[in-house]
Amino acid sequence: MNSFPTTVKLVTTQTRYQLVTFRRIPVAVFFTLGLPLVMLVLFNALFGNSTIETPEGSWSSKQFYTGGLAAFTAVSATYTNLANMVPIRRDEGVLKRWRGTPLPTWMYVSGFILSAVVIAFIGVTLMLTLGVFAYDLEIDLAKMPAAFVTFFIGVGCFAALGMALASLVKSASSAAAAANATILPLAFVSNVFIQIDDPPQWVEIVGNIFPLKPFVEAFQDCFTPFVEAPAFNWSSLAFITAWGILGLVVALRKFTWEPSGSAPRGRRARRAAANS
Amino acid sequence: MSAIEVSDLRKQYGDTQAVDGVSFHVRKGEVYALLGENGAGKSTIVEILEGHRKATSGAIEVLGVDPSTAGREFRDRIGIVLQSSGVESEFTVREVIELYGGCYRTRRGVDELVNMVGLEEKVDSRVGTLSGGQRRRVDLALGIVGKPELLFLDEPTTGFDPSARRKSWDLIEQLGNDGATVMLTTHYLDEAERLADRVGVLSRGQLIAEGTPEELIREMSGTVVSFMLPDSVEAVDAASTFGPVLGVDIRVSGRLVEATVEHSASAVNRLTGWALDAGVELDSLSVSRPSLEDVYLSLTEQADGDLQ
Repeated sequence: MNSFPTTVKLVTTQTRYQLVTFRRIPVAVFFTLGLPLVMLVLFNALFGNSTIETPEGSWSSKQFYTGGLAAFTAVSATYTNLANMVPIRRDEGVLKRWRGTPLPTWMYVSGFILSAVVIAFIGVTLMLTLGVFAYDLEIDLAKMPAAFVTFFIGVGCFAALGMALASLVKSASSAAAAANATILPLAFVSNVFIQIDDPPQWVEIVGNIFPLKPFVEAFQDCFTPFVEAPAFNWSSLAFITAWGILGLVVALRKFTWEPSGSAPRGRRARRAAANS
Repeated sequence: MSAIEVSDLRKQYGDTQAVDGVSFHVRKGEVYALLGENGAGKSTIVEILEGHRKATSGAIEVLGVDPSTAGREFRDRIGIVLQSSGVESEFTVREVIELYGGCYRTRRGVDELVNMVGLEEKVDSRVGTLSGGQRRRVDLALGIVGKPELLFLDEPTTGFDPSARRKSWDLIEQLGNDGATVMLTTHYLDEAERLADRVGVLSRGQLIAEGTPEELIREMSGTVVSFMLPDSVEAVDAASTFGPVLGVDIRVSGRLVEATVEHSASAVNRLTGWALDAGVELDSLSVSRPSLEDVYLSLTEQADGDLQ
């Protein structure tokens, strides 16, 4: 009897397969990689000449946009991307087919997550490259270890949250809506698109409860002139990690392989069963 | 030695008893068909046997293990063709075969496989561009890519044109001849009659009959008399006209009239007597032994009758 292909080979194949899928869905490529670049160019064209005053000093808004939108790209490649793709695959019955194969579940899910991390890495690299050449972004090598660590903790957290959302929301169409409805308003209060001076208290609280603002700020710190190297923001990183663990727990407990229509479940089904 | 061993299987969804105490076994190398109308519980049983669903109660052993807790080794030995599982439409046939095949310990090559299912010309087309029947053949290809010992086929030829259907039958027969055990569900009676070594008839979650197609047909006494409804008789009057003539209840589908009679000679004698008196021809008049379809219809009618 032959043995199974090695884990490394299987996980690599799965990751490559998800990347090829991504590349063949133009709308996913545009929204994940293209749109943040468009936003970067537009924001800089419209507001790029102002300066942003912070307690630490003043700062060109060009640099602000690049770091913030790079972090946002990482979030859309993981959170939004997974919360879109996984329910689509579930609705199509593709997850159910994979479940019938000898491929262990965790390897299949790893393919999804690792591909999302690769896409995030490509997106962030594109964004930072454009920032360096077009928008005066300064790369301080001494702060790059912090940038890498922050990136990986951030994408890990948002990938887990994307899987959690994919597990909680039943259909593909509502999952896409839920992903955008959660991340876009949050981006406005999380210093992605605009730096809010003296925000209303509730805006600040909302921004601080969720992991997006800590991630964006921790990542921006790695590119801000007045944050000294090594620029590790440990408290933010710990906060993001906690959210990631929460996401992971929900994803593992609530993950389903099948579209919701295939077997009655949930509150309504329980009530119907109780009434009969 | 049994490939599948099921005893007193029950599955409940809310207050619906989808499977209600089913017992059967499938021998190694056998082609076993579960027959039943939609909602009879066929797919539920198959999905429990594959490990997709958990039974509410009952003892189940598939290839010597409990499928609900079985792991990778088990799934390496089975192949599954479900009704409701999709394929990545962004990939070509070749790519999905390589992708899925890559998870098994032993696998069939792409060329061999597309040849077996008749998709040679579509091997480099994306799955999304294929017709429904062609996609079903991709399903079939992915079901057998890992050289399974036991193959589950849940309505494998639904949506096929007649020639694709014949080809699939040849393929399933070939797999059976090569020693694979096949567990088939279908609501095409001719499919079961052609392919299955044994048939289980399922109605409302219960197994109401089991045996080889021959046995089931033999158990059913009687002969089937059929003919085309003459133009002088309206379809609505068919039952009241021919019921008394033949002395049994008749079945009408379109213009085709069928009846299962105990004594064919006297029934045909009365029928032709009636036709001569009325001065009409009975087109396509035939007298034949019952088919599996007749057996099935009479069994399910009986089961419905018992229930009422």
